[in-house]
Amino acid sequence: MNISIDVREQELQTTITLAGEIDAYTAPKLRETAFPYTEKQYANVVIDLSGVSYMDSTGLGVFVGLFKSLNANEGTLKLVGLSDRLKRLFDITGLADIMNINSVAEGGV
Amino acid sequence: MAVVDYIEMKIPAKPEFVGVTRLTLSGIASRMGFSYETIEDLKIATSEAITNAVQHAYKGEEGEVLIGFGLYDDHLEVVVSDNGKSFDFHKTKESLGPYIDHSVEFLREGGLGLYLIETLMDEVKVHQNEGITLFMTKYLEGEQVEMDAETVST
Repeated sequence: MNISIDVREQELQTTITLAGEIDAYTAPKLRETAFPYTEKQYANVVIDLSGVSYMDSTGLGVFVGLFKSLNANEGTLKLVGLSDRLKRLFDITGLADIMNINSVAEGGV
Repeated sequence: MAVVDYIEMKIPAKPEFVGVTRLTLSGIASRMGFSYETIEDLKIATSEAITNAVQHAYKGEEGEVLIGFGLYDDHLEVVVSDNGKSFDFHKTKESLGPYIDHSVEFLREGGLGLYLIETLMDEVKVHQNEGITLFMTKYLEGEQVEMDAETVST
């Protein structure tokens, strides 16, 4: 019932690897940790969700917030490693059409 | 149809206890024979209801959220009550739905919870008296494929 957040930063490329559950309890931690990386101009943030076992609208809210911040700073957000369950959540909320999501985590991004 | 079994829990209105309820719900739904996929849907809908109670009804104040599980032969009814304090449910609901406006600056960062509840559950009823009580129903129809499956995660 917790989350682990691993951040790797290389100049403008930030890869955030998440594992565990994203809910009302863990979403604020995720927002707090990830947000600063979205405020730099032209930042590219990749979030790997392959270790996420549970997520609800609180998680979607965080990703929307990060997406907006990156857009405002001319950066990009890519979500990778989504399970079918997570993909479905993005589909039914309409977010799949707006955000860059990919069910397979790409190597060497 | 008469309720076969009833289980109730009361948690402090704090985000750290939403996951505890999910564990209990997983166990109950698994015992009833719901599929893995449906259990995941139930977990999201129930968490959304509790999160709403915690975040909107109490806004950091002390309080409790009551969660009841009515186990019937063919369906599970999950009841979430914020017991006193509450937000304007109907007004909140009117402004919700999926994201259809594609312009980024207008994307909402919250408020998808009630939309997900309505999408993932078979029936949703609301009682608004002193507080708000949500009744959410999920039917077992064609579900009993893996009785007591041991695929429970929080």
